[in-house]
Amino acid sequence: MVDIVLIGINHKTAPVELRECLAFAAEEAEEALRRLVGDPAVREALLYSTCNRVELLMAAEDRDGALAAGRGLLAARNRLSPELLEGSLYIHENDEAVRHLFRVASSLDSLVVGEPQILGQIKEAYRQALRAKSSGVILNRLMHRAFFVAKRVRTETGIGGHAVSVSYAAVELGRKIFGDLAGKRVLLIGAGEMAELAVEHLLRQKVAEILVANRTYEHGLELARRFQGRALRFEDLPAALTEADIILSSTGAPGFILTRDQIRPVLRHRRNRPLFFIDIAVPRDIDPDINRLENAYVYDIDDLQGVVEENRQDRMKEAVKGERLIDEAVVRFRQWREGLEVVPTIVALHRKLEAIGEQELRRTAQSRRWAEEDVEAARRMLAAFINKALHEPTVFLKRQGHRTDQTVSVDFVRKLFRLDE
Amino acid sequence: MEELLIAAIFLYLLSAAAYLVYFLLQRPLLPRAGLAALIGAFLLHTAFLAAAGIRQGHFPAANLRETLFFAAWAVAGAFLYVQGRYGVKVLGVYAAPLVAGVLIAGALLPGPPAQTTALFQSLWLMAHVTAVFLGEAAFALACGVGVLYLLQEKAIKTKKTRYVFRRLPSLELLDNAGYGCIVVGFALMTLGLITGLVYARAVWGRFWTWDPKEVWSGVCWLYYAALLHGRLRSGWRGRRSAWFAIAGFGILLFTFLGVNLLWEGHHRAFTR
Repeated sequence: MVDIVLIGINHKTAPVELRECLAFAAEEAEEALRRLVGDPAVREALLYSTCNRVELLMAAEDRDGALAAGRGLLAARNRLSPELLEGSLYIHENDEAVRHLFRVASSLDSLVVGEPQILGQIKEAYRQALRAKSSGVILNRLMHRAFFVAKRVRTETGIGGHAVSVSYAAVELGRKIFGDLAGKRVLLIGAGEMAELAVEHLLRQKVAEILVANRTYEHGLELARRFQGRALRFEDLPAALTEADIILSSTGAPGFILTRDQIRPVLRHRRNRPLFFIDIAVPRDIDPDINRLENAYVYDIDDLQGVVEENRQDRMKEAVKGERLIDEAVVRFRQWREGLEVVPTIVALHRKLEAIGEQELRRTAQSRRWAEEDVEAARRMLAAFINKALHEPTVFLKRQGHRTDQTVSVDFVRKLFRLDE
Repeated sequence: MEELLIAAIFLYLLSAAAYLVYFLLQRPLLPRAGLAALIGAFLLHTAFLAAAGIRQGHFPAANLRETLFFAAWAVAGAFLYVQGRYGVKVLGVYAAPLVAGVLIAGALLPGPPAQTTALFQSLWLMAHVTAVFLGEAAFALACGVGVLYLLQEKAIKTKKTRYVFRRLPSLELLDNAGYGCIVVGFALMTLGLITGLVYARAVWGRFWTWDPKEVWSGVCWLYYAALLHGRLRSGWRGRRSAWFAIAGFGILLFTFLGVNLLWEGHHRAFTR
C-alpha cells in the first residue's frame, strides 16, 4: 500500500527565524516538487508554505526513501544545520498525516483558530502541484477531501464566526448598530496603533469619510492624508459630532473629553440617528454615562476585550465539533485508500486472463491458418468473454470494499490466480 | 375543506418549529425550510378561505371563527411581504407561531351558521375588511419587530454580545422594518376606514355613528398617525418607536376583540 507522509514545521514548533528560512516562493515550490517526484521513492508530492508553516505532503512507495528526500529538500534551503531543523520538524504518516492536513485546511491548527486565509493558501498549493504534475490519484483525492472537510467545518461549526480582535470586534458591533457601514462617517480623535487599525477595518467596510481631530493639527493632517480623510481642529469637535456616526477615541487626555451633557443635545440635533463611541484610550476619553442616553452606545477597551475573549472561547468550543467532523473524514479516506487496493488486483486479474487468452489464440490461429480478420474477431470475442466472466468477481471484490475482511478476499484472489508472480 | 385547514395548520406549525429551532441552533437551512412551509401553508390557507367564501356565497368573515381565520391569513401575508422586503428571517419566530395560534384558536371555536344577509356581499365591505385586517396584520408585525429591536438594543447596551446579539439583525434594519410595517399598516388602515365609512353610509345612511368599534378604530388611527408624525417631525426612532409600536398593538387588540366583548354595536354581529 502506498503510504502518505507529511513532514513540516509550523508556528508551534519553529520560531519565525527558521520559518522564514524555509519558506518557498511559488516558482521555487514548483521546481522542488518536480525534483521530488523524480525520486523513485516519491510517487506524488505537494508543498505549502505560509508565514506560519512549511509542510510537505507525499504519497510514497517507500516511506523511508520519501522522508529522506523530503528532509533533504528542506535542509537544502539556505543550508540549514540539520540539528536545528530536526528539532523543529514533525512527521506524520497515513491517518495522522491525513488528519493533520484536514486540521490545517480547516484552520484548526492555525495561530488564530478559524482564520479563513489558510484554505485559500492550500488551494493555491494544490494548483502548484497540478502545474508541476506532482499530484496524482491519491493526492488529488486527498486534497479534494480536505477542501470538502474544511468547507464543512466552516459552515457547520461556528469556528470562523465572530471577531477575535479588538478592532474587528468594533466593526462587528458597528454593523449590529448601523446594519451596513457603507456611507457612515467615522471621527477619529487622537491616534494610536489600535485606533488606526480599526479605521483601516472600517475603511474596508466602505465608510463614507474619515474625520480626524488631533490636538496637534499637523499630526491630524498627516493622519487624514493617510486615510484620505479630513482633518479638523480640536476646537471644532462639537460640530463634527453631528456629522459623524462612529467616534473612535484614543487620546492621552487625563479626563473625559466627551461628556454626557455634551452629547445629549447632539443626539437631538441628529434627530436621534445612533452614535457609536469606541473608546480605546486608557484613561478613558468618553464618559461611560453616555451609554445611558438613548441611541448612543459606548464601548471602552475592556468591553471590547471582553467581547473578543468570549468569542475566542466560543471558537475553541466550536473547534471541538470541527475535530469530530475531521475524525469522520479521516476514517472515510482510509476506507477509500484501502478500497483502492482492490483495483490493482482486478487489473492484474484481467491482464493474466488476457495473456492466457492471447497465447491460446495464437496457437489455434497458427494451426488452423486463420485469416487476420478472423484472428481479430476471435480476439474481440475473447476480450468480451473475459470482461463478462470477471464481472461477478469484480463486483464481489468491490462490494467487500468497506469491510474488514476485504484484505482477506483480495489476498485470496491474488493467491488463487498467482497474481503476485 | 376541513382537510385544507388542517393541512395549513400543520404546515404553519412546522414552519414555527423550523424558525424556533433556527433561533436556537442557527442552522442556515432552517429559515428557508420555515419560509417554504409558511408559503405552502399560506397557499392552502388562501384556498381554504376562497372555498369557504364560494360555498357560503359571502365574504368569509361573518363570525369570530371566520374572523380569526382571516386575521391569521392577513398576518401570514404581511409576514411574507416583510420577509421579501426586509429579509428579517428571525421575525418568523414571532410570526409563524402567531399565525398558527390564531388559526388553531379559530378552529377550536364553534362555527354558528352564518347569517347570509345582503350585508356581507358588498364589494365595499370586502375592501373594508381586507384593508383593515391587512393593516392590523402589519401593525402586529411592527409590534414583533419592536420586541426584537428592544431585545437587541438591550443586548448592545448591556454589552452581552453572546446570545441575542448574534441571533438578531442590526438595530438599523429592525428600526427600518418596524417603520415600514407602520407606514404600510397606516396606509391600509386609512383605506379600511374610508371604505368602512362609505359602506356605513350605504347601509345605515350615515358615515359615522359613534359605534364603539368606530370610536376605537379612530383612536388607533390617531395613535399611529401621531407615531408617524413624531418620527417625521422630531425623529422618534429606535427604542421609543419600538415601545410605541408594541403599545399600539395592545390598543389594536383591544379594538379588535375587547370592544366586541364589552359593548354592543354594529360590529358585534361579525364577531359573535
